[in-house]
Amino acid sequence: MRVELLWWDGCPTHPETLEDLRTVLREEGLDAEVELVEVESDEQAARERFPGSPTIRLDGDDAFPCDPGEPFSLTCRVYRLRDGRVSPTPDRDDIRDALRRHAHADR
Amino acid sequence: MRIGDDAPDFSLPDTDGAEHGPDGVTVVAFTCNHCPYALGWHDGLLQVARDYPGVTFLAVNPNDAERYPADSFEAMKERVRADGGWPHPYLRDESQEVASAYGAQTTPDLFVLDANRRLRYRGAPDSDRQGTAWLREALDALLAGQEPARAETEPVGCSVKWKQ
Repeated sequence: MRVELLWWDGCPTHPETLEDLRTVLREEGLDAEVELVEVESDEQAARERFPGSPTIRLDGDDAFPCDPGEPFSLTCRVYRLRDGRVSPTPDRDDIRDALRRHAHADR
Repeated sequence: MRIGDDAPDFSLPDTDGAEHGPDGVTVVAFTCNHCPYALGWHDGLLQVARDYPGVTFLAVNPNDAERYPADSFEAMKERVRADGGWPHPYLRDESQEVASAYGAQTTPDLFVLDANRRLRYRGAPDSDRQGTAWLREALDALLAGQEPARAETEPVGCSVKWKQ
């Protein structure tokens, strides 16, 4: 499985998300390196279909697909934790579910 | 701006068109509509404004609305309207001059001023992404006539979106 973490340096969260992602990959027994992709311009954001930092992609698909009208730009992405709180990083259990869904769909 | 420096005076419009600036002990909170850090801390900061009625609390949105339409003045007005009003004004810093004069780096980035408009606390509301303990400690100290024990912390959030 190809795992990418797209990030922009206007948001300080990608190291935390990277750590969460690596932890979940390890816990799930998935042998995948995380490729880091820095997004540096609005043009690149549009090209990469980058809705904000951080964004996790699994085999090219956004692990947390956005609404169709979501703009692509250099911004910080808003996530919801499972307890309902707004967060700049995805819930670790949501990362786990996304990886499991993707791994299952891959079979 | 360093702790103890005179903070710049200003007057900015709120979402109802009234002008506001520092007055007495004041919290100037640079914030915005779109940043998850600002959104995460929002409820806590509203509660601080409610809990300290003798403190002037000013939320200031300085972000470039051209590149970030969610931070336009209209979007700010709509957000306050949708919430049924806020306990403190939400100000628009269209020129970004106030944010620049204060040296705001992130949303949120807090500046607590004493009654002489001197900077007494600058930084994050707390160490996590929702609490307000550091801000409350600073306000409690100031209102008791003391220096905040923790005068400066690292602001944490999305970068201020400067016009290009």
